[in-house]
Amino acid sequence: MHEREYDASSQAPPAEVEEMELVHPRTFLGKYIWSQDAKVIAVQYALTATAIGLVALVLSLLMRLQLGFPNSLSLIDPGSYLQYVTMHGMIMVVYLLTAIFLGGFGNYLIPLMCGARDMAFPYLNMLSYWVYLASVLILVAGFFVDGGSSGAGWTLYPPQSITPGTPGADAGIILMLVSLAVFIIGFTMGGLNYVVTVLQGRARGMTLMRLPLTVWGIFMATVMALLAFPALLVAVLMMLLDRTLGTSFFMPEMLSMGEGGDHRGGSPLLFQHLFWFFGHPEVYIVALPAFGIVSDLIAVHARKNIFGYRMMVWAIIIIGALSFVVWAHHMYVSGMSPYFGFLFATTTLVIAVPTAIKVYNWVLTLWRGNIHLTVPMLFAIGFLFTFVNGGLSGLFLGNVTVDVPLSDTYFVVGHFHMVMAVAPVLVIFGAIYHWYPKVTGRMLDPTLGKVHFWVTFLGTYAIYYPMHFIGLQGVPRRYYAYGETTFISDSVQSLNAFITIAAFVVALAQLLFLFNLAWSYFRGREAGPNPWQATTLEWQTPHTPPRHGNFGEELPVVYRWPYDYSVPGVRADFIPQNVPPEAVEREAPAGQGGGS
Amino acid sequence: MAMAIALIVLAGGSVLFYFLSPWHLTPLASNWGAIDVTIGISFWVTGVVFLAISLFMAVALIRYRHQRHRRALYEPENKRLELWLTGITTLGIAALLAPGLFVWGDFVRVPDDAHEVEVVGQQWHWSFRFPGRDGVFGGARNALIDEANPFGLVSDDPHGQDDVLVDRPGVLLPVDRPVKVLLRSKDVLHNFKVPAFRAKMDAIPGQVSYFWFTPTRTGEFQAVCAELCGIAHFAMRARVQVVEPERFEAWLAEQPTHGELIARGPGNPEAGKAHYAACQACHGARGQGQQATNAPRLAGLDADYLRRQLHNFRVGARGTREGDDYGRQMRPFAQSLPDEAAIRDLAAYIETLPVAPTAATVEGDRRMGERLYRSCATCHGPQGQGRSAYRAPRLAGMSDWYLVRQLQHFRAGIRGRHPRDAYGNQMVDMAQVLVDDAAIRDVVAYIHDLPGTASAVARTPGEEE
Repeated sequence: MHEREYDASSQAPPAEVEEMELVHPRTFLGKYIWSQDAKVIAVQYALTATAIGLVALVLSLLMRLQLGFPNSLSLIDPGSYLQYVTMHGMIMVVYLLTAIFLGGFGNYLIPLMCGARDMAFPYLNMLSYWVYLASVLILVAGFFVDGGSSGAGWTLYPPQSITPGTPGADAGIILMLVSLAVFIIGFTMGGLNYVVTVLQGRARGMTLMRLPLTVWGIFMATVMALLAFPALLVAVLMMLLDRTLGTSFFMPEMLSMGEGGDHRGGSPLLFQHLFWFFGHPEVYIVALPAFGIVSDLIAVHARKNIFGYRMMVWAIIIIGALSFVVWAHHMYVSGMSPYFGFLFATTTLVIAVPTAIKVYNWVLTLWRGNIHLTVPMLFAIGFLFTFVNGGLSGLFLGNVTVDVPLSDTYFVVGHFHMVMAVAPVLVIFGAIYHWYPKVTGRMLDPTLGKVHFWVTFLGTYAIYYPMHFIGLQGVPRRYYAYGETTFISDSVQSLNAFITIAAFVVALAQLLFLFNLAWSYFRGREAGPNPWQATTLEWQTPHTPPRHGNFGEELPVVYRWPYDYSVPGVRADFIPQNVPPEAVEREAPAGQGGGS
Repeated sequence: MAMAIALIVLAGGSVLFYFLSPWHLTPLASNWGAIDVTIGISFWVTGVVFLAISLFMAVALIRYRHQRHRRALYEPENKRLELWLTGITTLGIAALLAPGLFVWGDFVRVPDDAHEVEVVGQQWHWSFRFPGRDGVFGGARNALIDEANPFGLVSDDPHGQDDVLVDRPGVLLPVDRPVKVLLRSKDVLHNFKVPAFRAKMDAIPGQVSYFWFTPTRTGEFQAVCAELCGIAHFAMRARVQVVEPERFEAWLAEQPTHGELIARGPGNPEAGKAHYAACQACHGARGQGQQATNAPRLAGLDADYLRRQLHNFRVGARGTREGDDYGRQMRPFAQSLPDEAAIRDLAAYIETLPVAPTAATVEGDRRMGERLYRSCATCHGPQGQGRSAYRAPRLAGMSDWYLVRQLQHFRAGIRGRHPRDAYGNQMVDMAQVLVDDAAIRDVVAYIHDLPGTASAVARTPGEEE
């Protein structure tokens, strides 16, 4: 194979990119608080998401405490346990993972990697963050109101979620629904920005098929989110009406506190359809950015082009499209017509094909590479292993027949934590170790990083892998205690204690990571502009950290795809995207007599 | 290198774990062996893929780790290889999917000879209905549910009159006969799950869902709820006994039909008064209770709860355990009642007794108690008034020393562990929330101060304070 050169004749002439006017703030407040710089907004998003994520982490520890050592804390009663379950799930999926991938990495990387000065609509972008922060604060308010936050499970299934007697059915659920609506509004502002920037704000020569896979992943996830979140928004608004005005969108004729209620004729299943029409794409809204980022981490640190780039791009697009027609695989035993099972099992398993292709291409990228086991690379490999495991257990749950005994057991808990909690979080860590030098100008400490990696990677596997097996035995999820359940063997309790201990160890390791973030900010080794010798544009900025406007006087011009690593005949083992063909330093051609 | 070793150990260990772990599917007790086969196929196919990819990665990490003069191969694409991999993956997926879809074809089609049972979910217990002699279920609506009509049957539907009602979480099913389970819910989502049967389904208010299976093994099985339904979700269980057909038919014939229950009506307080003579010595003439005789207050309890406890004492579901001395004392008295009709009458009479306040004898931290009571409030009512729909008796104003002892017994499993005391089972689970005796005293002290009235709860007039 040969180096792909920039060939101006193969495409429409690159349009002159218009210079955009940037608002350069002078005050501290304007620079770091009311900032319109996508990079600052990215950090704001990331810090907020991390902070709320830590709250969700503590909630998970409280749950684990109850499961591993039942009734050791009188603070945890059945109601508060369910509140922890609910808030943990909702925070992790929406307020941490979605926000940090799209708001955090999206904001930082899209303009830099596309070669743009900033997002297309900087003011809207700033507003997006502040609306997001408002949604987080509304959500957190749920902890402090009378009756506490909602305990309906993160899926918020009606009628339970708004029925008296459910924890938080008074105020908590209203705050949760309002917070989600606000989040979606804020996300839409950001999301439109990301899409427009990718489509309209790229540098000269940056064709779509020269975009780094990180941008592809975030772009496709954003498109999906813009299509999926409205389904959640209407579901949320309808439920809010059911709760506050007594409408009956989702509320059937039923007893409430043992008495006849006022609702008539609503459909609880309708909510589930709307929720999962959002909820399943949501899985890929989190996964696709992770797919994209990990592709770039592997390529950079294995010094090798990503294998099958075009296939990778198409796989992202196909997965994105297919993920809209698989939602009811969350509902095989929901009581919907079981005949739907045939269709949704088929679409669900079909989606495994493009996903498997991505996995093959990642491992084939390692093959015949020159693998540097840096901390980001460790996390990338940890992701691959965890994701393969979690993806394969998904083949059980997607296959309707197999799902029937396994749904609503710990098999499901194990599966989705592997595939959509641990796997993406490993990518987030890898990405932070990878891009921290660009954001701050300093390297994160690699020794602390390695300890952090090993404890997190092995610890999470110890937590979630055994869960599949107690799920196989039939242990139901969302149980406060197991009491006298005849089919659950006593050894399950010992395992639960073990898992709880592992969870605490993993949580402690995250403190190490936070310490590393803080310590390295002041004391880390100076990184220089391109410590990993990567090709993409964010590493070619004239300043590190990049200033407002990213690229100094001149916007870069792109001459090649982002994966020119170890190109034969070239002296360096990487060629940045903005290096013109004539500037590439070649080795003296050995066998060709040095002529011409 | 460490990474490669970790991958090999983890991948190999994971596969070994599958073979060596003590946790497997519960022994099958239904016709759904085919589901187990599909699970087995999934384990084999995914296990091979998992090992192959993990080991490939490990080898790549060892062979191509960074060396100073190594240079990676420049190979953007390899169409042939990518096509091959896509093809093989598609085949593997088809091999997983096809058997699954075939089995699902059986799952959605109920055999013609299946008999029907309706499972009704409610926070937090199960009840059951059989279609009766005419083989057709009568219509039912949640809006029609009240104490006399717990299944909400439509009164003028002739099909409903002979419907057999089992208003407690225990049911018998005949072995080797396909059964279509129809699911309904009175309130929120539930899911009727017996792991050994493999099949399960949600119960949804406002519509009827179904699944079918054939029990293939006699024995007793535990059903649990597998769809989050509120704070006592974890304690919502039922007993399913699979028995020989003759025993099933005999049992079914003993169960009351809807028509019989309506005709029977509530007990007769006048007739019950005579039976109360035997209770007076300990419980007092007006059912006010006496600590000296270890007899709790009875006045204020609803007839439904009294009936159930007298029945439990009679059949030995309560008052037989070591450590429950006063319960064992109570048992002969319950046994001296001639029949279930006498129990109904006696309960109806006690329900009419006037409620007088009891003296506080238990000291505790009421603020702690208030927090602890949150777990009790849904069933027993925020005012401690009791809610018969939840099978939860009144607590407010009842003898506090008695509540302490019962909570201790529940927590230790001295009361409520008997398999036929379904709601006692639930209390055993819930009482674990009270971590020590201090917590029990706190919550009881709080309960004692509760007014025990709630405008929302309508009761028989004689019971109002």
